[in-house]
Amino acid sequence: MKSIFGFCSRGRTGVSLPALDVPRSEGIPEGLSREDDGNVGLPRASEGQVVRHFVNLSTRNYHVDKGMYPLGSCTMKYNPKLHENLARMEGMASVHPLCPDDQVQGTLEMMHHLGELLCEITGFSGVTLQPAAGAQGEYCGILLIKSYHESRGESHRNEVLMPDSAHGTNPATSTLADCVVVGVESNAQGLVDPEDLRRKAGPNTAAFMLTNPNTLGLFESHIEELTAIVHGAGGLNYMDGANMNALLGIARPGDMGFDVCHLNLHKTFSTPHGGGGPGSGPVACSAELAPFLPEPVVRKDSRGVYRLHRERDPFGRLLAFHGHIGVLLKAYAYILTMGAEGLREASEAALINANYLKARLSEYFDNPFDNGPCMHEFVLSGERQAAKGVKTLDIAKRLLDYGLHAPTVYFPLIVHEALMIEPTDTEGIEELDRFADAMISIAREAEEKPHLVTDAPVNTPVLRLDEVKAVKDLCLVEPREGGDGA
Amino acid sequence: MSRFIPDSSGTRRELLRTIGIEDFEELLGPIPKKYRLTRPLELPGPMSELGLLREFGRLARNNEGAGKVCFAGAGAYDHFIPAAVDHILLRSEFYTAYTPYQAEVSQGTLQAIFEYQTMIARLTGMEMANASMYDGASAAAEACLMAMRSTGKDRVLVAGSLNPRWLQVIRTYIRRKDFRLDGIPFGSDGRLDIDATAGMAGEGVAAILVQYPNYYGLVEDLEPLAELAHSEEALLVVAADPVALPMLRSPGDAGADIVVGEGQSMGIPLSYGGPYVGFMAAAMKLARKMPGRIIGRTEDRAGQTGYVMTLQTREQHIRREKATSNICSNQALMALANTVYLSLMGEEGFREISSQCYHRSHYLEEGLLGIPGVRRVFEGTPFFREFAISFPVSADRFLEGMLEAGILPGVPLTELGDGAMLVTATEKRDRSQLDAYVGKAAEICRGGAS
Repeated sequence: MKSIFGFCSRGRTGVSLPALDVPRSEGIPEGLSREDDGNVGLPRASEGQVVRHFVNLSTRNYHVDKGMYPLGSCTMKYNPKLHENLARMEGMASVHPLCPDDQVQGTLEMMHHLGELLCEITGFSGVTLQPAAGAQGEYCGILLIKSYHESRGESHRNEVLMPDSAHGTNPATSTLADCVVVGVESNAQGLVDPEDLRRKAGPNTAAFMLTNPNTLGLFESHIEELTAIVHGAGGLNYMDGANMNALLGIARPGDMGFDVCHLNLHKTFSTPHGGGGPGSGPVACSAELAPFLPEPVVRKDSRGVYRLHRERDPFGRLLAFHGHIGVLLKAYAYILTMGAEGLREASEAALINANYLKARLSEYFDNPFDNGPCMHEFVLSGERQAAKGVKTLDIAKRLLDYGLHAPTVYFPLIVHEALMIEPTDTEGIEELDRFADAMISIAREAEEKPHLVTDAPVNTPVLRLDEVKAVKDLCLVEPREGGDGA
Repeated sequence: MSRFIPDSSGTRRELLRTIGIEDFEELLGPIPKKYRLTRPLELPGPMSELGLLREFGRLARNNEGAGKVCFAGAGAYDHFIPAAVDHILLRSEFYTAYTPYQAEVSQGTLQAIFEYQTMIARLTGMEMANASMYDGASAAAEACLMAMRSTGKDRVLVAGSLNPRWLQVIRTYIRRKDFRLDGIPFGSDGRLDIDATAGMAGEGVAAILVQYPNYYGLVEDLEPLAELAHSEEALLVVAADPVALPMLRSPGDAGADIVVGEGQSMGIPLSYGGPYVGFMAAAMKLARKMPGRIIGRTEDRAGQTGYVMTLQTREQHIRREKATSNICSNQALMALANTVYLSLMGEEGFREISSQCYHRSHYLEEGLLGIPGVRRVFEGTPFFREFAISFPVSADRFLEGMLEAGILPGVPLTELGDGAMLVTATEKRDRSQLDAYVGKAAEICRGGAS
């Protein structure tokens, strides 16, 4: 589609601003003023042209309001409409972050209460709402653990253990926190091998990072043994809460030996993903670790006034301000709307929906770790189809032709030709069947007319895109008219 | 039953039958019994839509600060947002989409971010930009890490006039024991002391980081800093305010290697601090060292133009512990807000915003300097949109008096003195509000002097 920079007629604008009603002061001295003198290279378009451009762009997107989005470990559930309005209320949206505490009691009360609710849901007693997303939550959690070890004179603990099925953010976070990643093997059932964990846990263990249910959608059923091994070695257990949608009101990380976990509010708690963000990744932890949480935290003082509490500086801040307040508001609205019963109902529906799809698809695709029920997601392998020249990538692209989004593919890395499927709680049987029927139909096509799959997609705004060319002929910005490359 | 969960108990039985079980509890088999909750969570609700609306109404009314006329800045600014921005953000197609993993059905998001990257690159005068970072502060922190990665050196000189909250974030991000951060002092004019910087620079310096305009609103001269950095084979990292850039010499033109900044000013509400968006732009030769997602233009099988996430071998999902950063989710929707905002403003509109911020803040400063006992903190340096000023009463008292008059007057600068404040005026502050500020300030200062 035509670029926004194609609109460039001089004099056009999409806004009307009030005239300057104060005298002009002396301008910026010459050497410090803009070199291209009012020719930054921004578009020139009317309001209608701008709106039309972005509306036309938007029609080229798939989105969860259009159909199911079965991306494993991404929990693409429905985003309630009211919550968008609530976060945009004038009283919420127009408060400056450095307003004195007494001027922002409504938001501080929300933060305080949301923290308590997240503690109840996770079984923990301390929480920070600051992290911007899951990965920043992980980083916060690992720093929390390091601060704890340092306080006990064990700053040498710098190894973070994690299974080979871990999300890529887990090892990347550990490196950022100046730790060493130690891989732990999975066993034939797709669960962490306790013997390997026992071999690797030791005097240098800072933390064991585990996603539970894991990225195969399996609950680590010997979790008691795993967390005990790590505690026995003096390390702490970190739960990556990406898959928390399986456990609401069913089981709590704080009860099963974990010391810290992060939550992805943009997954489990229904806040929209926005095409890649903003997320929000609060971190909850045990009472023992709570003193090391980054400040400020919200406290209620003896007069019932909510305060941003600043006392210590355990490891600094993660963002310039207090977190993604707009996202926290939506998650808070979700929890209040659902209540305890509703949250449990959501996890139950997530489990049922995943097991239903697994049951419908198991005949048509390989299922390398089929040892009983899955949790909220499951991983199939496209190896049977790959043997006939139809790769998992082709299956993913063919799903787009059926008007659906693809599952997560080629992850976790321990499954060949992986298709990781998470239907979530907000899909009904009609949409689940539409997806299952499409997958079965594609499995047939792979047998009978494989070119239909390998040529896919054909019903999308563009055909399959050349990613190699994108890297080879790197073009990251629109070239400037008259061409200076930038 | 929740209105978000479609399957009734009847359908549920049908689903369970296909799974081959009678009772839902069978699905919980893998969870050890001792860890299964036997009581309901203790949570309020469920609330109706109407009930929730009332509850949020109550909370919003308790945010008294929302109704105050805002002169606070220090990294978050009260700018005008055209209505069309939010109408686009509320398109389901944008806000309910995931990360564009399947490019063929994500061209809307991908092209919009490509246009965002272009706008950021042009504003900063750089060759390329990434798809966004969490906020300006974390972008600055990642830029320091990127500079160390690119140069193989481990020391960063950070301007003492950098936003102190940003410095805290940088300290949080740089944890490796061999990394060093050193603060560069600023002179009595509030600008970086070039001679002191030269004295501190030397072997082992990966980057010089300077804010532009700095925390006190003062415009630094970037070129000598760029020359100094380059003479030591270090990079110049500039934390730039995008609203100032239509007026100020672009960091790229002055020799910057990496430019980061906070995008909140461009179409994003204050929302008590977030979500905002950080931007990061750089010279093309540094593209492969960048953190975060980057969108590139390519072609499909029929030769049509299309967009994809590119250079992904830098990222955590491929490179794992060797990735350039752990960032995964970024601020895509907020970057879209920037893109729509800048498209609406356009070349002339954005320049007008920039210019009005400049003139309105200068008018306010001049008015305040007419009050006996009020003085500048820094003399004779050009400033943009905000300025440090000293009142003859304590900042606490000043704040209290102004709030009573419905004005959030600024952010106290306790490190610069008891009565020092950082005061901001954007294009939204009209003459009557500026005059009211001066009038009320004069009253409080008179009271303080007597």
